[in-house]
Amino acid sequence: MKNLLKSREFWLATGIIAIIFGVTLRAPGFARFSNLADIFNNTSMLIILALGQMVVILTRSIDLSMAANLALSGMIVALINAAYPQFPIPLLMLIASLCGLALGAFNGILVWKLNIPAIVVTLGTLTIFRGTIFLLAGGQWVNASELSDGFIQMTRYNFLGMPLLSWFAILIVMAFFLFMTRTPTGRNLYAIGVNPTASVYAGINVGKAKFISFCISGLMSGFCGFLWVSRYVIGSVEVANGYELTIIAACVIGGISIAGGVGTVVGTILGALFLGIINSALPVINISPFWQMAISGSAIILAVILNARGARSKGRLILKQKSTAENGGKT
Amino acid sequence: MSNTTPKRHLPDRLDSPLKAAFFSWPSLLLAVAVSIFIINSFASPYFLSPWALSDATFNFTEKAIIALAMALLIISGEIDISVAGIIAISSTMMGVALQFGADTPTLVIVGMLTGLICGAFNGALVTKLGLPSIVVTIGTMSLFRGISFIILGDKAYKGYPESFAYFGQGYVYWVISFEFVLFLGLALVYYVLLHKTNFGRYIYAIGNNPIAAQFSGVRVARVKFVLFCLTGIMAGVAAVLLTSRLGSTRPSIARGWELEVITMVVLGGINILGGSGTIQGTVIAAFIMGLVTFGLGLLNVPGIVMSIIIGALLIGVIALPTLLNMLRERLKK
Repeated sequence: MKNLLKSREFWLATGIIAIIFGVTLRAPGFARFSNLADIFNNTSMLIILALGQMVVILTRSIDLSMAANLALSGMIVALINAAYPQFPIPLLMLIASLCGLALGAFNGILVWKLNIPAIVVTLGTLTIFRGTIFLLAGGQWVNASELSDGFIQMTRYNFLGMPLLSWFAILIVMAFFLFMTRTPTGRNLYAIGVNPTASVYAGINVGKAKFISFCISGLMSGFCGFLWVSRYVIGSVEVANGYELTIIAACVIGGISIAGGVGTVVGTILGALFLGIINSALPVINISPFWQMAISGSAIILAVILNARGARSKGRLILKQKSTAENGGKT
Repeated sequence: MSNTTPKRHLPDRLDSPLKAAFFSWPSLLLAVAVSIFIINSFASPYFLSPWALSDATFNFTEKAIIALAMALLIISGEIDISVAGIIAISSTMMGVALQFGADTPTLVIVGMLTGLICGAFNGALVTKLGLPSIVVTIGTMSLFRGISFIILGDKAYKGYPESFAYFGQGYVYWVISFEFVLFLGLALVYYVLLHKTNFGRYIYAIGNNPIAAQFSGVRVARVKFVLFCLTGIMAGVAAVLLTSRLGSTRPSIARGWELEVITMVVLGGINILGGSGTIQGTVIAAFIMGLVTFGLGLLNVPGIVMSIIIGALLIGVIALPTLLNMLRERLKK
């Protein structure tokens, strides 16, 4: 019980329930199951992306290229679909995922083999990916009339009372939960974030694990690229512009420490849901949507302050120094 | 893996200053800048006209002015992602002041003061509460721009006084714009501050090892706080220039600039992990980005495609020394 009260997930969940309760007082329909399921559906992609980002942040890296990766993978399948409407949709989903995986692996290789800081690599690939979309599509949009019906219906298809989009999110959440808590690779990611030097001594290949984490975030981005095009029925350069920071915001609110090693799947989901609920609650209680940005900004700052309180003492900073950790065992 | 990371070693004999200068990061960048300049002048007949070159400066000076302060901040081991948000809120505050009938000097003061307050807010969160700057400023980025959205919604402020237009549109002499002169002046100030003063040495010390710096008597928190304030003021200055140049304020002003400014700084050879880098490098990187963008623009290459080149440049110049190192190690074996 004491652990439960201390856990961040508990308080975040309480906060979310309080918001739902508060909004329901003003707008009775808000807490209806169908509405909450709707909110979950709208937040599905953010949840998937935030989980991908979580894995990267756990290893003390960051992936700023996720949104651009999403847009590029989405554009590729949108173009294929526009050109060959008969092309099987599940295969498109696979292509988008593999494309995202390849782009993520490219980030990962640069971080692993060339030792360039992740923030620099992904800042660079972010602009490269966006530019590539423009080249591929010749500056054009792919809009609703060009996409095949099967593609558009993919995320909307109703299965056991929920759209497929929600089911995808649920499946991925479960996969992540098993991966992070039940597999050695998942546990290694935590170990690296907490103490890279000790991880090297424990026989973990730190660089390779970072590579894997980038592959995962890339895979999630690519998969969401497919979902995004299907859901919002558009492929363009501007897709998900600036979304990379929203993804990181969801992680931070969910209690992922930017210093690495701290964070859970449940926390990340709650962080994403928190942003999703705020977004859909504002119009309901008659607050102009223009408030949304400032509110999520304040939520991030508040979350960081809370994170820092729970974090360990400042002595930790010594370990954070540069590459001493990575080559610790060998120099 | 150890051979890919630069080792810290003390050489028996230092390279001669000439050789060191020749192989330094700024000279490498300068070579890149000069080649881009030459390629551009061959590629388009319009490139070498003085007015064209003068126009070229407009698309990077505002970002470069922020990059100067950002460089110091990154050397000290922190980062500020909220700079574009600060531009938005500063510009909005100037618009609000305008509604109250403020004259040009007041507008400028309001813009810079807003920047300073925002910078101090970031600085306080990072230094007083000990929070990681990268996430704090992602938060304040949304907060600052969010406040402009609350104030402005989908409207825009227009009708700035004519004298206000000088900052973003005026020329000091012939084709030399006020913005450009201001940038060069500020670059000089930052050069002296970083490379010729104790304060500058403190910044390097903090970036290399904040704890050692603390034990050596450097007031780490205060230096960092000042750097955040400086970055805020520079964002305020950029807001004044940009608002004056555009003649209007919208909440979406300068969206996405934060990443461009950081790209400029990193391209300039400043270690994103802190501790090393020069102002010269940042200034040359600003020119490179400006020249690439403008030169390709003359050739009708759309802006977004230039970003591929900028991105590749960013990764390329940073990967290059490591790749060369790996090659050398391989040849040794």
